[in-house]
Amino acid sequence: MSRTFSIGGIHPHDHKISVNASIEDFPLMDMAYISVSQHLGAPAEPVVAKGDTVKVGQLIAKASGFISANIHSSVSGTVTAVEPMPDISGNLIPHIVIKVEGDVWDESIDRSPKIVKEIKASSKEIIDIIAKSGIVGLGGAAFPTHIKLSPPPGKKAEYLLINGAECEPYLTSDYRVMLEYPEQMLIGTKIMMMALGVEKAYIGIEENKPKALKLLKKIASKSYKEIKVVSLKKRYPQGGEKQLIDAIIHRQVPSMGLPIDVGVVVQNVGTALAVYEAVQKNKPLFDGIVTVTGGCMTEQRNFRLRVGTNFERIMYAIGGFPKDAVKLISGGPMMGKAISRMDAATVKSTSALLLLTDEETRRGEEGNCIRCAKCVEACPMGLEPYLLNRLARAGRIDDLETNLIQDCIECGCCFYSCPSNIPLLDTIRLAKGQVLRIIRSRPKK
Amino acid sequence: MTTTILFTVVSLSVLGLLLALVLYLVAQKFKVEEDPRIDDVEAILPGANCGGCGYAGCRAFAEGCVKADSLDALYCPVGGNDTMKNVASYLGMEVAEKAPQVAVVRCNGNCDSRPKTNHYDGYSSCAVMASLYAGDTACSFGCLGQGDCVVVCNFDAIKMDPRTGLPEVDQDKCTACGACVKACPKFIIELRNKGPKNRRIFVSCINKDKGGVARKACAVACIGCFKCQKVCPFDAITMSNNLAYIDYNKCKLCRKCVTECPTHAIWEVNFPVRVPKKEEEPVVEQ
Repeated sequence: MSRTFSIGGIHPHDHKISVNASIEDFPLMDMAYISVSQHLGAPAEPVVAKGDTVKVGQLIAKASGFISANIHSSVSGTVTAVEPMPDISGNLIPHIVIKVEGDVWDESIDRSPKIVKEIKASSKEIIDIIAKSGIVGLGGAAFPTHIKLSPPPGKKAEYLLINGAECEPYLTSDYRVMLEYPEQMLIGTKIMMMALGVEKAYIGIEENKPKALKLLKKIASKSYKEIKVVSLKKRYPQGGEKQLIDAIIHRQVPSMGLPIDVGVVVQNVGTALAVYEAVQKNKPLFDGIVTVTGGCMTEQRNFRLRVGTNFERIMYAIGGFPKDAVKLISGGPMMGKAISRMDAATVKSTSALLLLTDEETRRGEEGNCIRCAKCVEACPMGLEPYLLNRLARAGRIDDLETNLIQDCIECGCCFYSCPSNIPLLDTIRLAKGQVLRIIRSRPKK
Repeated sequence: MTTTILFTVVSLSVLGLLLALVLYLVAQKFKVEEDPRIDDVEAILPGANCGGCGYAGCRAFAEGCVKADSLDALYCPVGGNDTMKNVASYLGMEVAEKAPQVAVVRCNGNCDSRPKTNHYDGYSSCAVMASLYAGDTACSFGCLGQGDCVVVCNFDAIKMDPRTGLPEVDQDKCTACGACVKACPKFIIELRNKGPKNRRIFVSCINKDKGGVARKACAVACIGCFKCQKVCPFDAITMSNNLAYIDYNKCKLCRKCVTECPTHAIWEVNFPVRVPKKEEEPVVEQ
């Protein structure tokens, strides 16, 4: 029996057209543009300057502050500049620009394809290695992983959940990881279990990936008995932390709470692979699996892409910008971000590049609310989006807080289900930001 | 029949009188003492309830005026000096005259000088657009053109110009209530002194990028070249973060900076058109 979360959710067409494209190494680029702000929290501090030569895997920016992550070079060559450059939203963020010369890797990185099964590091060492390797959550939010793996004092993790749901339409990068690196990913899971000191881990995979389910179940039942592979019903947003916890172990995270409050830590499949490579192969996080897909493309691709590749280079590699494509999205169609600058570059958490046509992206004309409550039915957090929208437009901040706008996970189910095309998420997200700023500015009790 | 009518009328009248007495006594007992001057001051005020004074509405402002010891900190931008003088004379207080102000849009990157680099098809609101990304041009400081300032204006004083894609302030209608200043997520609109004969000079750009970056994004951006600061004889221009700012209290409207600016980012408003000498009468610019 497949499980799923209890309230809300939608069933968009999954469009997984790139499922059969195996992961290929992306050709080496000429220039790498590596942002110092690829994670949630404080931007990293560059430790290289113009004229320095760097190797692949060398530390080029150091974490600054508690919530921050190290950044390593994804290429070898000479640093030509450390200057502000636009990211995908067009905001200027300091980037380290490296001119690529050859492909010289740091000697300490184990590049052999051999799978290292034995875990030598202790729990504290694992967290240190993960922090040193600059690993961030690859599910989308890019939260530094070492902080998630060290629960605050007084809280204890009981379960580790690995998110292999990949509920967003189009994306297949996690699926390809599960198919092509199953053993590595399971070892990565085991490493994180050791770091947390938990006995049991679950990997949640949606039913529309039967091959991955079968393969992982087989390997896990043979040599990783403490990891249970769970089949989930296809439903968006199953990959959300709170929804995944509800679906797999039926616990509800309290309002404004974190998964650790119910004894759970959630990590992504991609993060598990990155943890394996960092701890067992000494390879810091500087590349990732990226799906390049879209109905207008003749060939669907899954690349192993180095951080700092700019989008123009990716377009070049896939044979030019498709004629019909009008919108580029970094991430999935539901929660991804539209790319406003082609000269921007990929970051650690880039999981997909989506090319959509005018027809696929067109917004319908906004109508009046007909009070059908489809948004209420769709909201996986049990909120009332129509009400939040009205309160947000009226600027009633206090009422928004009592209606729990701060619990919105910005999944977009309300906007997707609205028959009147009311931009519910746009107004709610804006108001949520205002409410959160007010909540955070209050003196702590 | 008659007795029934009589009985009804009498009993209801007695009941009415009794209840009226109760109401009268209660009203006397719980009477709220209110300064009668508040009503009079409110009558003097324009009644726009715009909140430009910082109070919740005209009545709240009137209450503030009556309670205050001096009117120095209180100013009704809609009524201006005349209204404040009337209020002051009614209350028997003194009021210092304030220079009238007007909202000024500090972005002149129109469709030609600041070409679009992408197309925004989301919800038409500057606040939403600014929360999503830097904007549909290469300039991340400039006007987003969705018209949040137009929506909040209570006086119909600000309109989007379809030719330039920028908001335009009607200086006669603008009361300097500051609603548009608060609504603009990019902080482009500023309240500046109206100036003598409505003449004013300001830097119509807030781009803080380095000169090259700013120029690439917009042909009429301030590039922080310091030329205007050097030429200014009154020390009115300050430079910070690659951006010039003209202090309207110090500016004497000599227009030297306007001719000096290489990108024409400094604007002069309501000045006669400069014509070569010994020609026709100067024409007032519209």
